[in-house]
Amino acid sequence: MEHIKTLETRNLCDSAKNGGCGECQTSCQSACKTSCGIANQQCESTEKKESK
Amino acid sequence: MVHQYKLGGYNVVLDICSGSVHAVDEVAYDIIEIFEKMDKAELLAEISKRYSGRDGITEKDIEECYEQVQALKDNGKLFTPDTFEPMAGKLKEKTSGVIKALCLHIAHTCNLNCSYCFASQGKYHGDRAVMSYEVGKRALDFLVENSGSRRNLEVDFFGGEPLMNFDVVKQLVAYARSIEKEKGKNFRFTLTTNGLLIDDDVIDFANRECSNVVLSLDGRKEIHDRFRVDYSGKGSWERIVPKFKKLVEARGGKNYYMRGTFTHANPDFLKDIKQMLDLGFTELSMEPVVCAAGDPSELTEADLPIVLEQYEKLAELMIKRDREGRPFTFYHYMIDLTGGPCIYKRISGCGSGTEYMAVTPWGDLYPCHQFVGEEKFKLGNVWDGVDNKETQCEFAACNVYARPECRNCWAKLYCSGGCAANAYHSTGSVTGVYEYGCKLFRKRMECAIMVAIDRAFNGKS
Repeated sequence: MEHIKTLETRNLCDSAKNGGCGECQTSCQSACKTSCGIANQQCESTEKKESK
Repeated sequence: MVHQYKLGGYNVVLDICSGSVHAVDEVAYDIIEIFEKMDKAELLAEISKRYSGRDGITEKDIEECYEQVQALKDNGKLFTPDTFEPMAGKLKEKTSGVIKALCLHIAHTCNLNCSYCFASQGKYHGDRAVMSYEVGKRALDFLVENSGSRRNLEVDFFGGEPLMNFDVVKQLVAYARSIEKEKGKNFRFTLTTNGLLIDDDVIDFANRECSNVVLSLDGRKEIHDRFRVDYSGKGSWERIVPKFKKLVEARGGKNYYMRGTFTHANPDFLKDIKQMLDLGFTELSMEPVVCAAGDPSELTEADLPIVLEQYEKLAELMIKRDREGRPFTFYHYMIDLTGGPCIYKRISGCGSGTEYMAVTPWGDLYPCHQFVGEEKFKLGNVWDGVDNKETQCEFAACNVYARPECRNCWAKLYCSGGCAANAYHSTGSVTGVYEYGCKLFRKRMECAIMVAIDRAFNGKS
C-alpha cells in the first residue's frame, strides 16, 4: 500500500553544488513591489545538473 | 526541519531543507509527526493504539508505512538537517558590487491621489519631480558599468505614475536598446501604471518593449474607487478598465500582472479577485497594503483570520477553475518546485541595497523603492556610486540566518528572510521581523504548495 506520494522537486542540498550563479531576479522588482518571497522566482542558471 | 499541515483534502509534509514535498495518508501523517520523538517499537505501539478498530488499517500497514518514512529519511527527503548557515553570505559576497536591477523613479508625481499610497501620492514625502533623460541615461550607464558579467539587467519604470513622463521612458528604452548588444547585456523592462494615460502609443510600446507590465486595479469598482481617486475625488475604475482590457488583449500572452492592493476596507479580497477574473484578466496579484501604523487602511488583528481564510478559498477557486479548464495565475501562488531558486538564493535574502537599487528623479540611489524619501537610507548617486557603505553593509548582512525569528521558521527557504522595508517600517530595523506579514506569507505558501500538489496529481502542472 502506498502511503506517501512524493512530488518531483529540486533537491536543495544538491543545488549547493551547481547553484549560486547570480543570474536570477534579485528582489520583488518587476512584480508585486511590496513583499519579498523567492518561492515564485525562477532559476536562470543554464547549468543546472542536479538530481531531483 | 519538517512542516505538516492539512489543507484542501491533502495531508502535506514538507521537508524544508531538501525541498521535498510529500502528500501522505493519515497513517503516514501521524507517523511522521512522532517519528523523531521515540524509537520504532514505541512508535508502532502508539500508532497501533491510535488506529485500533479502524477499518482497513492493519499492523502490517503501519509497519510498512514506517519503513516508507524511514526510506525517505535515508534518501535525504525527510528530516534533512539544516547545514546551510555557513553558505548564507556567499552569494552576496560572490556578487558583491554587482548591480542587476534598478527601479527608475521616472515621475515623482501622480494623476491619482490614493490616500493609501506608500509613496504619498508619488511624492515620496518630497517635492514633485520628473526624471530627465540625462539622469535616466546616466542611471542606465551606471547599471551597465556595475553589472559585471551579469547579462540580464532589469529596469522598472516606476513612480508616481511613470506615464506622466512617457517621452523620457521611450527615450531611455531606445538608448538601452542601442547599447545592449555592444555591452553584452539584455535589458528587461517593466512598466507599472495606474492606467489613466494608456493609449495606443503606450500599448504598442509596452507590448513591444516591456517584458512585464504591472497594472494597478483593486478589483470591485466600489473598492477601487474608495482609494484610487483623482484630485477631484473622482474614482478611476470606469476610465482604466477598458484601457487595461485593450492593453492585455493586445499583449498576446506576454507577461502582465493585474495588481491590486487590499486593505482594512476589503479583507474579503477574494471578491476583488473574482471581479478581475470576470473582467477577463488571468494574471493576478493582490497585495496587503503597506502603510504607516495607525493608518485607517491598515490591516488589523481582527482582519487576520478573514484574510487567512480568503487565501484558502482562493486556493480552492484555483483548483476548481483548473478542473474547469479556466486556469488563472496568482502571483503569490506561483511556485516552481522543480525549477525554483538554488539554496544560495534561498538563504541570501532580498537583493535590495546591494544588487537592486532605486533611483530618484534627481539621480540619488536608495536600497529600494520603499526606502526612497528616508534620507538616512540614501546610498549615493548614479554619478559617484555608493558612498554610504555603512547602510549598504546592513542590507548586505540581511539573510535568512540574520534574523533569530527566522531560524526555526519552516517557511524560511521560501521567503528568504522577507522584505527589509516591511521589517524596517514595522520594527525600526531592516533585520527586524514583520510578524503580521510572516503569518500571511506562511499561509500563502501552504496554499501554493497544496495547489501544486493538486496540479501534479491531476496533470495540470
